[in-house]
Amino acid sequence: MNELIVALAIGMLTGCGTWLLLRPRTFQVVIGLSLLSYAVNLFIFVMGRLRSGAAPIVPAGPGADPAAYADPLPQALVLTAIVISFAMTALLLVVLLAARGLTGTDHVDGREPGE
Amino acid sequence: MSVLREHLVVVPVVLPLATGALMLLFEERRHALKGAISVVSTLLLIAAAAALVRVVDAPATAVYRIGDWPAPFAIVLVADRLSALLVLLASVLGFAALLFSLARWHRAAPRFHALVQILLMGVNGAFLTGDLFNLFVFFEVLLAASYGLALHGAGAARVRTSLHYITVNLTASLIFLIGVSLLYGVTGTLNMADLGARINAVPEADRGLVQAGAAVLGIAFLVKAAMWPLGFWLPGVYSAASAPAAALFAILTKVGVYAVLRVWLLLFGGDEPAPAFGGWLLYGGCLTLLFGSVGMLASQDLQRIAAYSLVVSAGTLLAAVGVADAAVTAAALYYLVASTLGVGAFFLLGELIERARNPAADMLALTAEAFGIEEEAQPEEEVGVAIPATIALLGFVFACSALVIAGLPPLPGFIAKFALFAGLLAATPVPDSAWLLIALITLSGIAAVVALGRAGVRAFWMAPEGAVPRVRLIEFSAVGLLVLVCLTLTVAAGPVMRYVRDAAAALHDPRGYAREVLSVTP
Repeated sequence: MNELIVALAIGMLTGCGTWLLLRPRTFQVVIGLSLLSYAVNLFIFVMGRLRSGAAPIVPAGPGADPAAYADPLPQALVLTAIVISFAMTALLLVVLLAARGLTGTDHVDGREPGE
Repeated sequence: MSVLREHLVVVPVVLPLATGALMLLFEERRHALKGAISVVSTLLLIAAAAALVRVVDAPATAVYRIGDWPAPFAIVLVADRLSALLVLLASVLGFAALLFSLARWHRAAPRFHALVQILLMGVNGAFLTGDLFNLFVFFEVLLAASYGLALHGAGAARVRTSLHYITVNLTASLIFLIGVSLLYGVTGTLNMADLGARINAVPEADRGLVQAGAAVLGIAFLVKAAMWPLGFWLPGVYSAASAPAAALFAILTKVGVYAVLRVWLLLFGGDEPAPAFGGWLLYGGCLTLLFGSVGMLASQDLQRIAAYSLVVSAGTLLAAVGVADAAVTAAALYYLVASTLGVGAFFLLGELIERARNPAADMLALTAEAFGIEEEAQPEEEVGVAIPATIALLGFVFACSALVIAGLPPLPGFIAKFALFAGLLAATPVPDSAWLLIALITLSGIAAVVALGRAGVRAFWMAPEGAVPRVRLIEFSAVGLLVLVCLTLTVAAGPVMRYVRDAAAALHDPRGYAREVLSVTP
């Protein structure tokens, strides 16, 4: 059941993100990319398998059964991915503002269609 | 010395990182100091890369365990012949672009030197890393720096194309992440050597997931390598970028090609027959070749011609990689080095030549050509007018880089294509796809000759429309350096060919790679 909910959430985010990414306004593109990156972050997380109530850190010393613990690696990966996509979105926002200032329009091609 | 030797593999990553960080400490106006530090650091980088080439050609694949953890559990940097060669190529190209920028471009906007160094760090790291997720991180590092460099010098055209560039590459990065995490979810490892070893042990039910993961990853790489339907962003961005930035970008598509080559051969190059991916690469590469050639013929602007010639070289490389034969891969590696240097020189040269002309003249010339309007006959009094020395020198260098790009003798472009054809024809019987590839490569060579010849005639042999371009010695020496390296590649074709052949043989033996990476003990 959990799997289904998470899968639907990822699919929903990806769908909305893709649709927004293909829109002609730069701000919609930025929001689309953000949604896509949320979807991808969730996807990475889920690739470590969904476990509830399992700790990711094994206590020191021998005898711990790895099967009783959650996979810590995707959690570390997702952290890296979040930081990177966050920084890139900020950069894209700056470029968006510069493009708006220089071209006078928020269309992704820098001019309104039919102009 | 032994400490340096021990840590040699990590030097190409750490040195530019440290230099880039150092740049931030100095005031923006101290251009001379920053330029000097940058040049010294890049020279050291070239020395380190050359030393690395010597070490790995010993032959000993150098494996560097970051944090001294054993191989499959933590990140390793792996320098084999291919990685070392590409690191050297990136450093030489970086040095030339840097030298060129010292004349005026590095003053055009802040943080130029820091961005160049970080770009070099990302490129070198991507070539050296042996870990799939670390490859993603280095991709992001080089992309972040390249966004800054694409915007360098500002202007509406650069901002507009950079917006497209950033969006496309961010999307590609997200696709990259999906591929990586799919592979991790199925195999439980991110180390490339370990992945290659485990992929055969994947149960039949999960085979489809592995192949889907690899294909998704492939899409991300191919966006970066600019394969045909995925590479429409390239010509606009590269022709709008400032000359030194565009010359540096010549190596970026090669990073994509490298990633395809390494990951595909490691994952599926073993005894299990590769899935249809090779065919996709081969035919996709052919289409890219065709697209690039048509684009070259249709372009007037020199920077645009250079950008499309980059597409052509990416297509040639991808198609050659798709053949999956060691001899063809060896020739492709030689071609990679030659074409990167040639196109890099051409980007720099294009700016020098265009400097003297006004953009409106191009448009007029094009219209005149299209409508068959002849210029009025000039009175013949110009007989014996001396060609200005600048123009003569520029013309010579232009001819050299055009020969490399078009693949005409005696420069390395020809040797590369000759070796490529020899490798393709060595198979018995020669498959139809090989004939197709040979035909397309020949055709693209003809297209390049036509496009470059036309541009060259217009730039050098027509009555000068403006003043003779003012070229600083340092700019010329940057272009000259690249052409000189190309000439050296021709003279030293024997040893270089031997080297790339060994590199390709090692690439097609993923078992050996895995053994060397995984067997290193503390």
